[in-house]
Amino acid sequence: MKRHWFHFSAPSTFYSLAGRMTPWFLALAVITGLISLYWGFFETPDRLGGSNPQKEYYRIIFVHVGSAWMSMWLYVVVAGWSALGLVFNTRLSYMMAVSVAPTGAIFTFLALFTGAFWGKPSWGTWWDWDPRLTSELVLFFLYVGYLALHSAIDDARRADRAAALLAIVGLVMVPVIFWSINCPDPNQCAALHQRSSMSDIDGNILFGMLGLTFAFWMYSFATSFMRVRSIILEREADTTWVAEQLQKEGVR
Amino acid sequence: MKARHKRLVFVTIAIAGVAVAAALALSALQSNIAYFFSPTQVLNGEAPKDKVFRLGGMVADGSVQRKSGDLTMTFVVTDTAKKVTVSYTGILPDLFGEGQGVVTRGKLGGDGVFYAEEVLAKHDESYMPPEVQDAVDKAQKMGVAKKDAGQPQSSVNY
Repeated sequence: MKRHWFHFSAPSTFYSLAGRMTPWFLALAVITGLISLYWGFFETPDRLGGSNPQKEYYRIIFVHVGSAWMSMWLYVVVAGWSALGLVFNTRLSYMMAVSVAPTGAIFTFLALFTGAFWGKPSWGTWWDWDPRLTSELVLFFLYVGYLALHSAIDDARRADRAAALLAIVGLVMVPVIFWSINCPDPNQCAALHQRSSMSDIDGNILFGMLGLTFAFWMYSFATSFMRVRSIILEREADTTWVAEQLQKEGVR
Repeated sequence: MKARHKRLVFVTIAIAGVAVAAALALSALQSNIAYFFSPTQVLNGEAPKDKVFRLGGMVADGSVQRKSGDLTMTFVVTDTAKKVTVSYTGILPDLFGEGQGVVTRGKLGGDGVFYAEEVLAKHDESYMPPEVQDAVDKAQKMGVAKKDAGQPQSSVNY
């Protein structure tokens, strides 16, 4: 049982597993992404009504919500791999943490960027120091800080541990981001950003939004696996299996 | 205790510490960092004097008045309990309207009027096509109008 559990935690076995899974995740990301984008552009209403009369620009929601969710989720993933690495001292856990972080940073940037584009026509401003916007910006700095700290330390194992601690400490921001707009008493959390609610969304809009979120998630798997493969090769460059692997790939 | 167990305890304590920090930050967010003040807070003197702050609430129905030949306008911001009159010169965001949430930044004048430098529109989390929303609104007006007291979430949409 134990041998089985840890079988894929060896970089050499995970290298080929990740290589085999990447195209599947990429294909899933492209297919669900295209379907959701089509749905978002052509099967949804041109404008909203009632207390939220937004026009065409509300369609930014499809990219914005998915990337914001991914920005928070991928941070939890980075911190989770970091904690696993600290406890079990497994090399692969740290490599996974380091390879997920750039995708998380990109999605955080995308959430802030699309949010600014959305905020200008609807709220009337690109940016405001609202609790939700500010905490999401701090999350972006955490990603950048994590990656910068990791690359600032030459010794890979020390870099892994130092950056892992930073990732775990930074975990404090994720609940803050979530509850900055979803606090129990709606009159308490004064914010510009609206609360989040799944029940008050038109079914077609929700489909496009969740579909693109899924596509982003699959994309995150694919890019993380691609990145972890090059990290594995780099760190295990002196081993015989890498030499054999490179020979195999070179021959093919 | 094996080394691995020691590290597990260490990481668990670290995550618990982070959880406590998050809880503290959240309670601070709710009570101390006031992103905007409500009209009730402003009239109670909780907002800073002679300093720029944000006033948030709903634009009262029928309160928007424009001066002719000028971009200056006044409207009343309410939190359903108290009201503050706002004066603003400039361009309004697309979603600005009576009955809509609004966040304005400016100073409170000696005359009790809030002179805004910036007016931002707020919207709620409802993403419904117009037809559906109209039907929902109608049904709510007919059926659930009296229950609003128990549902602050739907009645106060700022």
